[in-house]
Amino acid sequence: MLKVNNVTKRFGGLVAVSSVDLEVNEKEIVSLIGPNGAGKTTLFAMVAGFLKADEGKVDFENASVLGMRPHQICKLGMVRTFQITQPFAGLTTLENIMVGAYSNTSETDLARTKAEEVAEVVGMTSLLNQGADGLTVAGRKRLELARALATDPKLLLLDEVMAGLNPTEIDDIVTVIKGIRDRGVTIFLIEHVMKAVMNLSDRTYVLNDGKLIASGTPSSVAEDPQVIEAYLGHGAAEAMAEGA
Amino acid sequence: MTNFRNHLYFLLLGALALIVLPYFISSRFYIDVLTLIFFTAYLGQSWNILGGYAGQFSFGGVMFFGTGAYVSSILLTTFGFPPIFGIFLAILGGAFLGLIVGYMSFRSGLKGSYFALITLAFAELLRVLANSVEFTGGGVGLFLTYAPGLSNLQFESPVGFYYFALILMFISIAIVYWLESSRFGAQLVAIRENEDAAEALGINTLKCKIYAIMIMGAMGGAAGTFYAQKYLYLDPPIAYSIHLSVEMLLVTIVGGMGTIFGPLVGAFVLHTVNEIARHFIDTPGLSLIVYGLILIIIIGYLPNGLIGAFKKKEKKSDSTSLDKKTSRGDS
Ligand SMILES: Nc1ncnc2c1ncn2[C@@H]1O[C@H](COP(=O)(O)OP(=O)(O)O)[C@@H](O)[C@H]1O
Ligand SMILES: [Mg+2]
Repeated sequence: MLKVNNVTKRFGGLVAVSSVDLEVNEKEIVSLIGPNGAGKTTLFAMVAGFLKADEGKVDFENASVLGMRPHQICKLGMVRTFQITQPFAGLTTLENIMVGAYSNTSETDLARTKAEEVAEVVGMTSLLNQGADGLTVAGRKRLELARALATDPKLLLLDEVMAGLNPTEIDDIVTVIKGIRDRGVTIFLIEHVMKAVMNLSDRTYVLNDGKLIASGTPSSVAEDPQVIEAYLGHGAAEAMAEGA
Repeated sequence: MTNFRNHLYFLLLGALALIVLPYFISSRFYIDVLTLIFFTAYLGQSWNILGGYAGQFSFGGVMFFGTGAYVSSILLTTFGFPPIFGIFLAILGGAFLGLIVGYMSFRSGLKGSYFALITLAFAELLRVLANSVEFTGGGVGLFLTYAPGLSNLQFESPVGFYYFALILMFISIAIVYWLESSRFGAQLVAIRENEDAAEALGINTLKCKIYAIMIMGAMGGAAGTFYAQKYLYLDPPIAYSIHLSVEMLLVTIVGGMGTIFGPLVGAFVLHTVNEIARHFIDTPGLSLIVYGLILIIIIGYLPNGLIGAFKKKEKKSDSTSLDKKTSRGDS
């Protein structure tokens, strides 16, 4: 469904993403892990049309999306969320989700119905009329998810939707994500919370210093010495231990 | 929105009151002041669509007004083309100018103060251009003949212009009322609140912003025809005056950006304050100072304008757009 081929991105002298190849198949939940600064968000930004790749190819459903603008890619069915949440702060939760829903309809009533449905799926029904700027971190993360889901994507790119959440909130959102997959949406997610990665993913890619250093099932990846080193090097050994 | 619908009855009454008002006012002065209030509210509303809803502040809004004024006036003086049709070409001219300015600035990603300045530059450029070419009458200006009649959009009585301005204002309110409940309006607001997120969610932000500035341009164009037919004289400093650019953003900011009635409320309050200050203060220049002080107070203490302040009282938890813009912190 998504094929990333030999993609590279440089920021000045820094090679943020270096010749990365990866693939996401339909109905899968694939995760992308790696230490901070590994280039995960940059990779998502290229895939979703927010950044231009310096080299390489990005194909979605066998057609190149390189050079397309984000709204066009969204229309094709691939939508991203933001690690640093980007709510429409002046609007309510409902209005935020409706913006996503409007991508498939121009009817206000239909958009509202769709938004309410999606809010139900992500568990935000009671927050619908609350201002988005008043939401907690967990609320904002859910809102990112909800808005993206409201566009009826085929592939969801989730960038650290669990960062900053407490264990209960994480369990909740893991359930939500599984639910979304069961509705037929393919999911590609960046995550730091290893327990969730283990629990959710069919396959995992590990990025370090812009390069893919491992891929496979979550448990095989967790035992990969290169991966452990990458994490140890960045002082995240505990995270791995918790996950494995 | 629902709130607004509930008040529809009340609003229709208000509209009716404005329609019958001239029958109760014999003073030409008050009719003229009200006409000017509607006219400024209308221009403010055009600024509001791009600035208040789409969040793209322009500082050269007068360019559409001036261009519209020249389009219908030149058509009239050169070809005898009746302004009642000329106004539609003025609207087209304004929209087309909006397309050009919007395409050039939004496509190259201009935002915030850069966009504001580029609109100012366009307005100035047009002023200089209008001064140096012949078909605008150059610095001498264009004189229109006084020939009252509907086809000329000229009226013997000031009440005629009162209704002309009132109709323009009603139309502008209808446009914004439609925006409030339409997808396009929601998309503009999404762009205002967070352009990246808007784009990620499938909104063609470039196209939406260009449409918004074209609507602003179209509205400004009609205002130009109105002005030319009312005052019968046009020259570059009038057509492209910075003062008018400022006034349309001022009435909107004072009244409340991104609200249906902000521009009207702002225009009413500012014109009233201005008239009162002029009436009671004889020392030259002092009335301007008082006017300025009141402006500072309103803008300084009511960041969401008068309507925002009123809404806050009504519903304490409800915060409004400018607050959010400054407090758009992230997790
Ligand atoms: N717009 C940018 N300009 C310059 N450097 C950037 C930019 N975006 C990211 N980087 C750098 O690229 C590297 C990868 O960043 P990022 O993709 O955010 O990592 P991750 O999401 O894996 O934590 C980091 O070193 C970061 O500082
Ligand atoms: Mg990141």
